[in-house]
Amino acid sequence: MMLLAAFPLYDFLFMLFAIMACGFAVGVLFSTNIVRMAFYLVISLGSTAGLFFLAGAEFVGAMQLMIYVGGTMVLLIFGVMLTAQERFISLQASGRDWILGLIAGSALLLLLLNAAFSVPKWTADRPTDTLAVDQSKTATPLGLALAGVRADKLGADEKLQPGMSGYLLPFVIVSIHLLIVLIGAAYMARTKRKQVVTNPEPTGGSAD
Amino acid sequence: MIFPLLSTITVSHYLAVGAVMFVTGVLCMATKRNALGILMGIELVLNGANINFIAFGSPYLRSESLGLDGQLIALFVIVLAAAEAAVALAIALNFYNNHSTIDVDRADELKG
Repeated sequence: MMLLAAFPLYDFLFMLFAIMACGFAVGVLFSTNIVRMAFYLVISLGSTAGLFFLAGAEFVGAMQLMIYVGGTMVLLIFGVMLTAQERFISLQASGRDWILGLIAGSALLLLLLNAAFSVPKWTADRPTDTLAVDQSKTATPLGLALAGVRADKLGADEKLQPGMSGYLLPFVIVSIHLLIVLIGAAYMARTKRKQVVTNPEPTGGSAD
Repeated sequence: MIFPLLSTITVSHYLAVGAVMFVTGVLCMATKRNALGILMGIELVLNGANINFIAFGSPYLRSESLGLDGQLIALFVIVLAAAEAAVALAIALNFYNNHSTIDVDRADELKG
């Protein structure tokens, strides 16, 4: 029991999920097979959900698993299956694109990492040393906030109270947006009876 | 860069994970020629941003965090990403139906 208490479980789990998320994201980047890319992306997004759980956002982590890994990825994999012809499975970019992209990307990565570790407030020790998952109960306050009531800010500033702090209007807007988007997507992706090929392409993409 | 990685896990470590996912997503968008690969890059970018929101909103990582606002914005990002994926997939399928290819370099009809 003493040994278990001394073991830094939080740090170990964070490192596990972080390495899986980053490693499989890099796998998505460097894999050339579109089916493998989809599978690596599933693992990367699932590990991200683990990171959310560790940060105490258990409702968002569950939504990440259900919407992203369960919904969006099924959509993507269906897209891959519907368009998976032999010549589109592994399309390669040219070497010049890769070199330019890697130079710009590593410069951006260095900049972001430097910024992440350079603010002293962000590298200060965290206030509690417990596993956040034990105590997090965020589903009810999140639902109330989406309905326009901020249960977590009841004692807050008076000026923020009337209507300023809830998320009811964004919630309604995003609902209508989702409805319209789904109707539009179904309209655009419908099968056409007669397929008109105006410009027949030669097989095999050129590399440049 | 190795030294801070060995200390206690803080917000900066979450930000580092988010930065790696963001950069890989941007590189995916830049180098993939398959339209669905570009879509996967967009998903990676949105997830990197979401990690940052969650980290700044976590009361277990910072004493003065964003609170619930970070998680709420992350939820909105997830919903909008789902909507965006649906529309982008519909566009990709439409493109595939009309041009019988999924290579974005072939989408050059508007090129002058």
